[in-house]
Amino acid sequence: MTVRAMVTGLGVVAPAGVGAEAFWAAARAGHCALGPITRFDAAAYPVRLAGEVATFDAAAFVPGPVIPQTDRFTHLGLAAAAMALADARANPADLPEYGSAVVTGASSGGTEFGQHEIERLWREGPGSVGAYQSIAWFYAATTGQVSIRHKLRGPCGVLATEQAAGLDALGEARRMLRSGVRLVLAGGTDASLCPYGLVAQLSTGLLSAASDPSAAYLPFSPAAGGYVPGEGGAMMVIERADDAAARGIAPYGEIAGYAATFDPPPGSGRGPGLVRAAMLALRDADVPPSEIDVVFADAMGAPAWDSAEAAAISAVFGPHGVPVTAPKAGSGRSYAGGASLDVACALLSIRAGLIPPTPGGGRPDPRYAIDLVSRQPRKQRIRAALVLARGYGGFNAAVVVRAPSRPE
Amino acid sequence: MSGDAVGITGIGVTAPGGIGAKAFWELLMAGRSATRTITLFNPEGFRSRIAAECDFDPVAAGLTPREIRRMDRAAQFAVVSAREALADSGIEAGWPPPERRAVSLGSAVGCTMRLEQEYVVLSDGGRHWLVDHGYAVPRLYDYMAPSTLAAEVAWASAAEGPVALVSTGCTSGLDAVGRGVRLLQEGTADIVLAGATEAPISPITVACFDAIRATSPNNLEPGRASRPFDRDRDGFVLGEGAAVLVLERVASAVERGAHLYAEIAGFASRSNAFHMTGLRPDGREMAEAIRASLAEARKRPEEIDYINAHGSGTRQNDRHETAAFKRSFGARAYQVPVSSIKSMVGHSLGAIGSIEVAACALAIEHDMVPPTANLHTPDPECDLDYVPLTARRQPTRSVLSVGSGFGGFQSAMVLKAPAGA
Repeated sequence: MTVRAMVTGLGVVAPAGVGAEAFWAAARAGHCALGPITRFDAAAYPVRLAGEVATFDAAAFVPGPVIPQTDRFTHLGLAAAAMALADARANPADLPEYGSAVVTGASSGGTEFGQHEIERLWREGPGSVGAYQSIAWFYAATTGQVSIRHKLRGPCGVLATEQAAGLDALGEARRMLRSGVRLVLAGGTDASLCPYGLVAQLSTGLLSAASDPSAAYLPFSPAAGGYVPGEGGAMMVIERADDAAARGIAPYGEIAGYAATFDPPPGSGRGPGLVRAAMLALRDADVPPSEIDVVFADAMGAPAWDSAEAAAISAVFGPHGVPVTAPKAGSGRSYAGGASLDVACALLSIRAGLIPPTPGGGRPDPRYAIDLVSRQPRKQRIRAALVLARGYGGFNAAVVVRAPSRPE
Repeated sequence: MSGDAVGITGIGVTAPGGIGAKAFWELLMAGRSATRTITLFNPEGFRSRIAAECDFDPVAAGLTPREIRRMDRAAQFAVVSAREALADSGIEAGWPPPERRAVSLGSAVGCTMRLEQEYVVLSDGGRHWLVDHGYAVPRLYDYMAPSTLAAEVAWASAAEGPVALVSTGCTSGLDAVGRGVRLLQEGTADIVLAGATEAPISPITVACFDAIRATSPNNLEPGRASRPFDRDRDGFVLGEGAAVLVLERVASAVERGAHLYAEIAGFASRSNAFHMTGLRPDGREMAEAIRASLAEARKRPEEIDYINAHGSGTRQNDRHETAAFKRSFGARAYQVPVSSIKSMVGHSLGAIGSIEVAACALAIEHDMVPPTANLHTPDPECDLDYVPLTARRQPTRSVLSVGSGFGGFQSAMVLKAPAGA
C-alpha cells in the first residue's frame, strides 16, 4: 500500500522566531538572529556567538510542574509539538486509541539539566542528585513528554544521528504511517547551549570563532570559517493524504522521498555518501532532479565540508544546476532540530513560492559552482525541494518535500 | 511480519558473567546471578552499591590500543559484539556490498561513562560551572552525541547503508531490532547489524536511580539482589553489556546456507501516555503491544512456548507486567513459562532488550527456557509460572519478549523457530 505522508501542521521554535509565521517572516527577509551567548558567560571560550531562541517563554507552552522536571530541549519540543497540533487543527483523541505517535530526532539530550545534576553530584555527593535527572537528561525525554501531554499511544520513537536525525525522524514517521499509524508528530529540537555542551561542540573544530554575528557563519563563502551553534528546531504533524482530505485541511506538502546513508570509513579514499542519499531520496520520491526547484543545504560553513557538499549537489544537478539556500546561516546549526527546521522552511517556501536567502549576503566561492541564493529572496514556483543533512561522524540523510497540488 | 520473512543468522553478546554468546548462554542455563558489589568506581555513599558488571578486557576482546583510547566502554561492547555476530553469521567482505548493510543500534544513555569522566576533569571535580575547555579531549563531542555508538558499529561491519542509534530508553534494545526488521522488509538493506549497548555503571547513573529508589539497596547480598517476581524484591540491579545480531531475509540465509537461529515474526510498540516512570497497574498498553506483535506473527497465545519478561524486579513493574500477560494471554497466561534473565545479568537499560532477544533465539536453538534466579518466595500478586531457579528443557518454538521503559514505552517481539527446523 502506498501511503502519502502529508505535513498538515508546523511548530517552529527558532532563533529567528517562535511560531512558523514569525520564523518565516525572518527567514524570507534573510534576517540573521545570531548574537553573543547570553545563557552563560562565554567570555573565556573561543566561541562566543550562538543562535539562541531568545524570545522563548517556556511558561507559555509547558505546564508549570513539568518545567523544573525537564531540560530546555524538551521545553522547546513541547512548545513545537503543541503549535504543530494546533496548526493542523488535529486532536489525537479523535483517532483510534493507538493511532497517533511521536518520533523525535535527538543529538545530545538534556545537556544543561544534566550539567546541573552532575555538578551537584560531584560537588555535594551522591545524595544530592534530584529525582528528575533520570527522566530529563536521556535522549527520549522529549518523545516521552510529548506522548504524555497529547496522549499519543502509538509506537513512539527516538533516533540519534546528530544533525541527520531531524530528517531520519521524518522518514521514520512515514514508516509508521505505512504500518497503520494515522497521525505522527515528528521532528526535533536541540539545546546544548550550556558550558559543557559548548565545550563538547568545540572539540569538533568546526565552530566559528568570529565575533561579528553578521559575518560569523558564511556557508559556501570563500570566507567560511566554521558554523555558529544554535538551538531550537521544529515539529510537524504528518498524516495520510486521505485523512487530511477528510478533515478538510490543506497540507503544506508531502514527505515524498527519504533516504539515509553512511560515509565510508576515514581513510578509505572513497567519497562521502551524501550523493547516494540524495539520489536515493529522489528515486524514492519518483522525482527527477529537473523537478527539484531548490536545495536546502546542510551548509556546514567549513571549507572542506562545503566543498564536499557542493560537489555532491553538482553531481546530482550539474554545476549551477539548481538554486541552493541555507537559511540556517541566520539561526545557527541546531543539530537534529536544525534539519527538521530546514524541512519546515522548505514547506513554507513551497507555500510562499519564494526561496529564502542565505543570510550573510556573500557570494559563494566560485570553485563550488553552485547557484547560492543570497542577498535577496528569489520568487519562483517550487514544485519540490530537496533537504540535505549530515550528522557528525558520517551520517547522511535526504528528504524530498513536494508541493501539495499534485493530483491523487 | 508483512513482507519478507527475516531471521537471525549471527549473535554476539557481551554480558555480565562471561564474554561472548556461549558464556552468556552457559550463565543463563546455570541460573547463576552475576550481580556483585560495584568495582568500576568506589560506590561508597550511594544507596545502591551493586551492579551486574562485565568482566571485559578490551585487549583480550581484540580491540586495538587506538580503538580503546577512542571508544567509550559502551562503544567497545558494541564493536566486540558486532564482530562476534558477523563472524558467527559467516558474512564476509564480498556480500552484501557496504551500501546494502545497515546498522540499527539501541542505547538509552549513550556514552555517559566517558562524558562523566571528562566532565570531572574539565570542572575540576564539579567546582566550575564554566568548565575549562583547555582540558577537553579531542573527541569530547563523540561522547556527547550518542550516534557515535552506531558509527563505530558501522565502521566495524563495513556498513554504508542507513545507520542510526535508536534511543527509546529501556525499550531501545527491542525497538532497534524491530526497526532493523523493517529495514529488511522495505528493501533498504540486505543485512542489518541490529542490537544495543549500554555501559551505565558510573556515579551519575547510579545516583539518578538512587534518587527515585528504583534500584535495589540490598548491598549485603549482591548475588541475591536481583529477584524479579519475588515477594521480597526491592528494585532492579543495574547492569551493562551489549548484544548485536545479524539480521537478514530468510531467503538470503537459505541461499547462502547460513545457520538460522530464529525468525523474527512480529514486533509492536505502544506508549502509555500516562507518566514518565509510573505504570498503570492494568498493563493495558503492554498488553496491546503484545496483541499487535502476536497478530503480526499470526500466533495465538496457545502457540507461545515461552515469555521472556521485562521482569526488572521493581515493585510496580512485575505486577504491571503480570497484569499485561493475563490481559493479553487470558487463561494461557497461567500455563506459559515466563522468566526474567535480569535476575542473572541485571538491567542494562537500553541494551537489555537486545540481550534478551539473543536469549530468546538461543532458547529456540536449544529448546531450553532460562530460569528466574533468586525467586524463592513468589509475590502472591505475581501468580504465573516464572520458572524459578532452574532452567527447563522443553520444546521452544515460539517465544515472546517484552520490554517496558521510562517515557511509558512498551514493546513486544515474537520470535519463532525457522521453518523446517
